[in-house]
Amino acid sequence: MTHKVLVYAEVRNGKLKSTAGETLAEARKMLAGKSENLHAVLLGEGCEQHAKTLATFGASKIYVVDTPDTNTYQGEPTIQALTQIIQKNGYTVVVGPASPTGRDFFPRLSIRNKGAMLTDVVGFSLDGDSVVSDIPMYLGKCAKQAVSAASITFVTLRPNVRPSEIVDANAQANVEKFSVEFDRAKITSKVVEVRKGAGERPDLTEANIIISGGRAIASKDNFKILFECADAVHGSVGASRAAVDSGYAPYEMQVGQTGKTVNPGLYVACGISGSIQHLSGMRTSKCIVAINTDVDAPIFQKADFGIVADLFQAVPILTREFKKLME
Amino acid sequence: MKILVLAKHVPDTETVIKISGGGKTIDESDFKYMVNPCDEYAMEEAIRTQDKHKGESVVVSVGPARAQETIRKALAMGLDRGVWINTEGYSGGLDSYSVALAISKVVAEEKPDVIFAGLNTIDEGAGNVGPMVAEFAGMPSLVNISKLEWQNEGKSVRAERDVESGIVEIYEAKTPLLIAPHQNLNDPRFPSLPGIMKAKKKPIAEKKAADLITDKPKVEVRTYKLPPEKAPGKIFKGKPVEEMVTEVVKLLRSEAKVI
Ligand SMILES: Cc1cc2nc3c(=O)[nH]c(=O)nc-3n(C[C@H](O)[C@H](O)[C@H](O)COP(=O)(O)OP(=O)(O)OC[C@H]3O[C@@H](n4cnc5c(N)ncnc54)[C@H](O)[C@@H]3O)c2cc1C
Ligand SMILES: Cc1cc2nc3c(=O)[nH]c(=O)nc-3n(C[C@H](O)[C@H](O)[C@H](O)COP(=O)(O)OP(=O)(O)OC[C@H]3O[C@@H](n4cnc5c(N)ncnc54)[C@H](O)[C@@H]3O)c2cc1C
Repeated sequence: MTHKVLVYAEVRNGKLKSTAGETLAEARKMLAGKSENLHAVLLGEGCEQHAKTLATFGASKIYVVDTPDTNTYQGEPTIQALTQIIQKNGYTVVVGPASPTGRDFFPRLSIRNKGAMLTDVVGFSLDGDSVVSDIPMYLGKCAKQAVSAASITFVTLRPNVRPSEIVDANAQANVEKFSVEFDRAKITSKVVEVRKGAGERPDLTEANIIISGGRAIASKDNFKILFECADAVHGSVGASRAAVDSGYAPYEMQVGQTGKTVNPGLYVACGISGSIQHLSGMRTSKCIVAINTDVDAPIFQKADFGIVADLFQAVPILTREFKKLME
Repeated sequence: MKILVLAKHVPDTETVIKISGGGKTIDESDFKYMVNPCDEYAMEEAIRTQDKHKGESVVVSVGPARAQETIRKALAMGLDRGVWINTEGYSGGLDSYSVALAISKVVAEEKPDVIFAGLNTIDEGAGNVGPMVAEFAGMPSLVNISKLEWQNEGKSVRAERDVESGIVEIYEAKTPLLIAPHQNLNDPRFPSLPGIMKAKKKPIAEKKAADLITDKPKVEVRTYKLPPEKAPGKIFKGKPVEEMVTEVVKLLRSEAKVI
């Protein structure tokens, strides 16, 4: 059989998320580099502006659903739109990002379409006709290889596990406008307001560099030195739960079991001891640097590079050296 | 108001994972278990909701006999009764789909106005089960809720969902609905001694997973593996901070190539 793949390309605040390129690249790899059965979908008014970018990533057809119902994500309308596209066109694999939004509706989408759900995978491929995937579990202490036993498979790919790939920089977008017939009786929940974040730094789940602070930061004000450090390398700032619970940082910055799962190229843990709950949110980072005064802190066992030092001395030097590199 | 809570009995956070059977199974012989941490927020919110709106609260757990410990804890915190979906003797595989399917049968019977679920579990941790149960029941699911206001005498809610980077989506939704709290929504209470005593007399109904799971699982696990051992890192100590930091930054570029 030939698989037909639909990729949900997430748009937030009018911007295409970097996960669009990553999911298309992984899906294309699954299709042995062929693009004819690799399609993508964009939702929201004005989203067509991103079609060209998706085409350069190898999407040979791009559905555009530009109704106001999908301008902001609110669950049900997105599920109805995707379900209609899937059922009209016979997709067998549907891929999205394991972002807060993707993880919110993919499980529902899988049930509505009687499919298998492979959640937060770090890679997927075909074994014969079956979709197989690697999925971390037990807070990242082990992983399972899971295989879909259904005729349609839904997959969310963890952000940052692989790079995007430009297949053809000059590709033209083959756009198909899709008009959705909403079943409004089913929409019993609506977003009435969206409070925007500061938005000047990349989302934690997509950031390539994260500078994180723990209890040792000791005040909200002191987080400034981490922001300065992150800004030097266009990174983001994370926090341990102890820092969040103490009021030094808002919840949105929390990394770990009950916060965000992040996967950056570089994770710098400053004054973080390395509890299992924290590690579960950042252990797949490609490179971990720990700065801690306690040589026995468990974080050093997971660190690629450790610096036994006072973070208030070390971080400003780190910022200065980062700035030098970026010049 | 009828309130349902979904709670799972999971291996303790500190559990060491050993793989056996040539990668086919996880050796659970040394496991200790506990209530899935996120589910305690669900239990607490259920109790607070019931304090306000009266009615009845029911906790459901799918698992072998030990799952009753999680149910007991919920009853000790203050929920009224339990439903245990017994997986012993059930021979099919259990994926999120089959667990949600089993729970959905209880939902159809109990007809709750609101279901509280955890955000995710610390074992499999997919965060699938809550939204899947809601989908089976045809109700909306509001996940990662940091603020919740009941309106219209408990017929609708206004709820704040933390997305990321400080983005908050504010939902208005009608019951029935499912809510998965996040850690800031409440502070779960510890069961009191009288609570623990009372819980012993509260009823737990048993249902057989085999009767409720009327379909095959959609996901099968082939193998388990441990993450690759990381080579020990380079730890710098006892030198001037200036020297250690500049050395590490050099290595980040030349060796790790991450900057
Ligand atoms: C259900 C549950 C869920 C949880 N979820 C999360 C989660 O999502 N994320 C999370 O992070 N935690 C979570 N936790 C909490 C977790 O168990 C730890 O308590 C927490 O991660 C500790 O944060 P910390 O490392 O900042 O603080 P601590 O453990 O107190 O560590 C502070 C570290 O700073 C070092 N230090 C002190 N002064 C300095 C200095 N001047 N310079 C450098 N280093 C210094 C100390 O040596 C120490 O190692 C959860 C816990 C539970 C029970
Ligand atoms: C070979 C194998 C054998 C397994 N055997 C068992 C078994 O015997 N018993 C078992 O329970 N699981 C078993 N599991 C795990 C089962 O697959 C998961 O429970 C299921 O996939 C739920 O997904 P999750 O843990 O990712 O929960 P999530 O989707 O992360 O859970 C989200 C929320 O849903 C609710 N929830 C999840 N699971 C349950 C539950 N079991 N009961 C009540 N509420 C729940 C909780 O509120 C939870 O916070 C087995 C898995 C495999 C692979």
